[in-house]
Amino acid sequence: MADAHAAGQTILVVGGGISGLTTAVEAAETGYNVLLVEKDPQLGGRVAQHNKYFPKLCSPVCGLEINFQRIKNNPRIRYLTLSEVEEIQGSEGNYTVRIRKNPRFVTEACTGCGDCAAVCTTEVADPFNFGLNKVKAIRNNHAMAFPSWYYMDPAYAKTDEAKQVAKICPAGAIQPDMEASVIEEQVAAVVWATGWKPYDAEKILPYGFGQYANVTTNMRFERLASVYGPTGGKIIRPSDGKEAKSVAFIQCAGSRDHNYLPFCSRVCCLASMKQATYVRDQYPDSKVTVFYIDLRAMDRYESFLQKTREDANISWIKSKPARIEEDANGNPVVIGENTLTGERYAMPFDLVVLATGMEPHSAVDAKVPSDQASHDEYGFVTGGVLAAGCAAAPTDVASSVQSATAMAMKAIHAAVKRG
Amino acid sequence: MAYDLSFAKDVYNKSEMGHWIKMCMQCGVCAGSCPLRAHWQHSPRQLFQMVRAGKRDEVLKSSDMWMCTSCYNCIVRCPRELPITHIIHGLARYAETEKAVDPMQPTRRFAVEVFWKNITATGRVGEAMLTMRLYFQDGIGAGIQRGLEMRDSALGMLKTRRLNPIPFRGKIKGYDGFTKMLAKAAELEAKLENKA
Repeated sequence: MADAHAAGQTILVVGGGISGLTTAVEAAETGYNVLLVEKDPQLGGRVAQHNKYFPKLCSPVCGLEINFQRIKNNPRIRYLTLSEVEEIQGSEGNYTVRIRKNPRFVTEACTGCGDCAAVCTTEVADPFNFGLNKVKAIRNNHAMAFPSWYYMDPAYAKTDEAKQVAKICPAGAIQPDMEASVIEEQVAAVVWATGWKPYDAEKILPYGFGQYANVTTNMRFERLASVYGPTGGKIIRPSDGKEAKSVAFIQCAGSRDHNYLPFCSRVCCLASMKQATYVRDQYPDSKVTVFYIDLRAMDRYESFLQKTREDANISWIKSKPARIEEDANGNPVVIGENTLTGERYAMPFDLVVLATGMEPHSAVDAKVPSDQASHDEYGFVTGGVLAAGCAAAPTDVASSVQSATAMAMKAIHAAVKRG
Repeated sequence: MAYDLSFAKDVYNKSEMGHWIKMCMQCGVCAGSCPLRAHWQHSPRQLFQMVRAGKRDEVLKSSDMWMCTSCYNCIVRCPRELPITHIIHGLARYAETEKAVDPMQPTRRFAVEVFWKNITATGRVGEAMLTMRLYFQDGIGAGIQRGLEMRDSALGMLKTRRLNPIPFRGKIKGYDGFTKMLAKAAELEAKLENKA
């Protein structure tokens, strides 16, 4: 299959999350060349930030590791990190793409020994943990990160200390003067798999996120429950480190709401049920309350809902809360009307988790840069390029993998026609 | 049990903004947002569901829609952009045209008997007279008692020139045009009612 290396048979995959990884390995293992472009320093996307998957409650590390191995062992996959596609010209079978490679300031010679981070004195809010803790300005996201080469924050690279740190690297891998570069590639197909970002909860003013320390979001809660996270997996509340034994989940926080995201993200109900088990497993004397408009446990996930319903310490209140206030003890108080009984409630909790929805990156910072691309009213990609996973529609990991495999197939069709 | 859909259809067609009730998803945000919810028997959400369930008498005879102070909290927060405040006022008005309202309902009495007469007589609200009529609508004794209760507020408003003690005399400029507008509005409304 030496001819498959022809430029025209390369498939460009944009986004190195679970969808992009899947399209890349599926297409490459079928014999096609893949160029995988990721804007973050390391692959894995949102899935890497999760503590557990639903419904099996296994660790995402396992699924990611398999995919990383497949990429590492497959010479047909070329991946670029810290890179973004700036322009797409041409049409199916014959695209010219321009890619910007941002500097990592660390070369592939890095062995991940960590000597640099040990001497680095600058700490920054950790974007991988949504700013819940501080990390060194030169680092690796987590023990399983791939590629395992360290990276340096651009602001830090400009400092004198960065030059000193470069000198102590045993592999000579640190280059604070590294610059961005732009490359052009010819590809037969483009699969857009830029995924999603958590909706900005600060926009939901009545819920006071950002104002009250003990109102958090579901993605932050994922990091809070992870043994690799900022608390080592201890579910404690941010204001005083108290064990969070009474936890409320508010569904559709900024979703199905014309003031915020008008659509349903389809995963948040299951995510909250899953996160309820984190609390219940960690503290046997804990109590969880879920506030919902209606519970959307699609098809086979119904059994997961049934299972969580059997736990008498998880209560379900049919209501979209109107607002949150804070009492004198720093407890968030959830206020609203129980729509089954008509009663008004004002209930204090240790911690409130907002089940925020998915905003597609293609709506915000990763619009498809092509004249032929089309997006729907919410920013999901509808045409011009192929779209996989949450770039096409909000969905869970299992469906993203199915969608990504289908897009590998469509991309191969384009490459075959060209070849 | 069979639902009577005729009431819901009447509200959708005849009550101002009533058709929006179809869009309610019963989330409860309006009820939780209402600062006066404790004084309502039914929340807006419940009223809307009662309309859909065909509870004609319970809705039209309810005092609830007369309790709204137009703070607009519910409109701002409704995830489906229902103009709840306006729907509620529409229901009050519809109940009035259907002659379903208790004539002694205080807000209705104030609106229909005091406010409307006050403003249409001259074209401008006479604040002093309006307040007097409201306070004394239950007799002289009750009026004096209310006046004493509100004395501090009234004096405060006078001091900050928020209340004009001198009754407005005569009529506004263009009073004829004002009455013509009202007549035209009444004519249009009658036409709408006949059509429905």
